[in-house]
Amino acid sequence: MAEMKVAPANASAGVKLLTWVDNRFPASKLWKEHLSEYYAPKNFNFWYFFGSLALLVLVIQIVTGIFLVMHYKPDATLAFASVEYIMRDVPWGWLVRYMHSTGASAFFIVVYMHMFRGFLYGSYRKPRELVWIFGCAIFLCLMGEAFMGYLLPWGQMSYWGAQVIVNLFSAIPFVGPDLSLMIRGDYVVSDATLNRFFSFHVIAIPLILLGLVVAHIIALHEVGSNNPDGVEIKKDKDANGIPLDGIPFHPYYSVHDLVGVAGFLIIFSAVIFFAPEMGGYFLEYNNFIPADSLKTPPHIAPVWYFTPFYSMLRATTDDMLKVFDVLVIVAAVMALWKGRFGSVGKTVIVVATLIVLTGFGLFKFTGVPALAGCDAKFWGVLVMGGSVMILFFMPWLDQSPVKSIRYRPGWHKAVYGVFVVVFMILGYLGIEPPDPLKNLMSQVGTVIYFGFFLLMPWWSQMGTFKPVPDRVVFHAH
Amino acid sequence: MSESVVVHDGVDESKRTWLGWTCGAGAVAGVATAIPFVSTFAPSERAKAAGAAVEVDISDLQMGEKKTVEWRGQPVWIVRRTPEMVASLSKDESELADPDSKRNPGEQTPDYATNRNRSIKPEVLVVVGICTHLGCSPGDKFTPGAQPSLPADWPGGWLCPCHGSTFDLAGRVFKNKPAPDNLRVPPHMYVSDTKLMIGEDKNNKG
Repeated sequence: MAEMKVAPANASAGVKLLTWVDNRFPASKLWKEHLSEYYAPKNFNFWYFFGSLALLVLVIQIVTGIFLVMHYKPDATLAFASVEYIMRDVPWGWLVRYMHSTGASAFFIVVYMHMFRGFLYGSYRKPRELVWIFGCAIFLCLMGEAFMGYLLPWGQMSYWGAQVIVNLFSAIPFVGPDLSLMIRGDYVVSDATLNRFFSFHVIAIPLILLGLVVAHIIALHEVGSNNPDGVEIKKDKDANGIPLDGIPFHPYYSVHDLVGVAGFLIIFSAVIFFAPEMGGYFLEYNNFIPADSLKTPPHIAPVWYFTPFYSMLRATTDDMLKVFDVLVIVAAVMALWKGRFGSVGKTVIVVATLIVLTGFGLFKFTGVPALAGCDAKFWGVLVMGGSVMILFFMPWLDQSPVKSIRYRPGWHKAVYGVFVVVFMILGYLGIEPPDPLKNLMSQVGTVIYFGFFLLMPWWSQMGTFKPVPDRVVFHAH
Repeated sequence: MSESVVVHDGVDESKRTWLGWTCGAGAVAGVATAIPFVSTFAPSERAKAAGAAVEVDISDLQMGEKKTVEWRGQPVWIVRRTPEMVASLSKDESELADPDSKRNPGEQTPDYATNRNRSIKPEVLVVVGICTHLGCSPGDKFTPGAQPSLPADWPGGWLCPCHGSTFDLAGRVFKNKPAPDNLRVPPHMYVSDTKLMIGEDKNNKG
């Protein structure tokens, strides 16, 4: 056992109490490690607000969620009315509900900005791979939270959105249909589905989410924060072992982040009070119609934060598989021609290519059942899943010799720009009704999206890199 | 701790074996405990029981009209097709993915509906109104000709609002659309000339 510390005889009651606690629980130690003696680089900029804002929105969602559950009824016959009851009859219920529904969209805005910050400054690079991976897992949990939460009001969009997403799982060969049956707990989306989604939304996923947030922060504090210059501040320390370019998180960044919080709350409140539905983007109009299992609304689309991924699902048609055939063949030929593989490696490449091409249905014309391949539907699901999962591999896809975009070739900024624009166009196309021209656009967008990631090991190394300074660039105010 | 002396020379094999067996037994118990929890995800007995056949009177169904009834929580459409509609079915076959309903025989189309009209009576179509892609209910687009989201030579049929799959008036899916299969024809039979039983047929398949 650790030695008992003793407070000086003339110490105040507060100090004595803290000493008593510290002998039994590492309160001061945790405070120091994570706040008052956690040294963050002094050159943080605007982009570094979004980490603490994500934490703030998480708290908003948990608190408003707790109060909503006090009035909400997870029952297919009562759910829709109970949400309207919260909106109309519960004192201030409308505010709590709008905070929660707007909070969902705010969460994604903040998290997308937070992730883009990582892209800009290479925050996922060694030694921060696990910080990034925990973050991607948090993003997956958020998507699950948002999707399951959207079923709870039991409106038309809730119902048909859930129907579509649950049916995605049925596209998986062999186990798919049973899997989607297990998820729904019924042959159609029904009361059983609503009840279990409620359970997942209010307890199961939030618990996992909180655990991941803790892991994300512990991993971050172990390796230290990156910064806009992508310079490791731990390599230059003073006599006391404190990084020369570091400042204690508290009070410097805790106070600094309050500015971000104030700015965020101004915008957040403006949306809640003046545009809580955001013209149908945060809360879709069709969701104010109770769920009807016999009629899909004439236009259904997911909420905006899912639409880029949803566009890629829609883009994967039989024609798109032919494009994939060509791309896979080109990739295989390049690998055989340029790659330095032995005969075993080359055989593996050829066999793998043939298996993938068979899966895409290239040999369907032979009429042999074993060569029929999988439906475009299955590949669409795989493309959509892959578009999210590929984020996990960022630490290894990016092979650039420098971390920060500041010291990468100018045209890398253009590549990032194209990626962001394509991501937004895909998001726009995902809310639009299906249409041949728009579908072609989302197919092009899908190829660019995956090209950005899959070709990153090559393009991220190309060009003339600028010299990275030894210390962070900082101009005192 | 200071009084006991820990001897590190050599591995006590019997302890290691016991450790292995107890871990194994613990894992078995863990899996066994997980089974009932995972099983609760499956449809309940009540959900399984709610699948009774539905009787529908179609005497009031006019030419070119559609009637929707609920069977197993899903919409079932009954359409009395006009002679022009039936005639259109022979013209669009080059555009269809599976005009003869050969995919998944017996699952999407019962044997008595495996024909061009996908029906028992040529004019009366009975299909489950759920897209075979991801389960949305397609919208009626019975008027032929060009219109938003549809080709110029549109013969009439259905358009799925979710991912744009199109089906002709026999519920057959068009080529190069996300939906892999034709709309499902549920088991059904005529109990009289104007009364349909949906969910049961002469093969006694429900």
